[in-house]
Amino acid sequence: MAIQDLFFYLFAALTLLCAFLVVANPFTRNPVTSAMFLVLAIISMAGLFVLLHAFFLAAVQVLVYAGAVMVLFLFVIMLLDLKEEVRRHYKTFGVVTGLLSVGALAAIAVRAIWTSGVGAGLQPQAEGATRPLGKLLFTQYLLPFEIVSVLLLVAMVGVVLLSKKDLK
Amino acid sequence: MHLTPVGLEHYLMVSAVLFCLGALGVIMRRNLIVMYMSLELMLNAANLALVAFSRFNNSLNGQVMVFFIITVAAAEVAVGLALIVALYRKRQTAHVEDLTSMKL
Repeated sequence: MAIQDLFFYLFAALTLLCAFLVVANPFTRNPVTSAMFLVLAIISMAGLFVLLHAFFLAAVQVLVYAGAVMVLFLFVIMLLDLKEEVRRHYKTFGVVTGLLSVGALAAIAVRAIWTSGVGAGLQPQAEGATRPLGKLLFTQYLLPFEIVSVLLLVAMVGVVLLSKKDLK
Repeated sequence: MHLTPVGLEHYLMVSAVLFCLGALGVIMRRNLIVMYMSLELMLNAANLALVAFSRFNNSLNGQVMVFFIITVAAAEVAVGLALIVALYRKRQTAHVEDLTSMKL
């Protein structure tokens, strides 16, 4: 077994374990713990991106998600007083129906992927280095790129407006 | 120990399971912020599938798509969290079961 395969199984297991602990931590229901495990899940997913030779996206994943987005989450958790969450209990009906529906969805998806043979005969080829990705971004995808920058501006203005004390 | 060489299916499998974990979080948890984190997990699962497809089909378009998804997700998180803070200011709660004013 190649070393890459070993790393794949390591990072995949780490990602899924941390994702599970975000959603249903058996020890605590504290949102801060969830946020910390989400950081771990995102970083191990960046490891998977590296294994897929998407180096630029791995860096962006760590910078944007584990950096910016998670800082936002933690700030909001600190702003809100969420101590009450720890004392609440799960509703049995919600847990049972959720587990049933999601388990069925997972079974269907995994079985469909396994039997379809979607990866048969495909070799890993594409290299996601910064230079080819940037070239694509500034030629073929120039218009979406500019639209996304406008979208970020809109989001920024919206957030400033929403966070004002006297919301009119 | 015998394991098959890692191919596209393995990555898609991880992505599918991750998506289901995120969906489970959205259904099961009742705290708005944790539900939001589960949504992020689901977005990340889609990203992983796109990157895997891009790598195995020798086309960088999938990775450009992921780049856009990450950008839009960052904007969405900022707006969503601002909404949650505004809601908390008005109602003093971030728990979905307390937000039933539109119920008949």
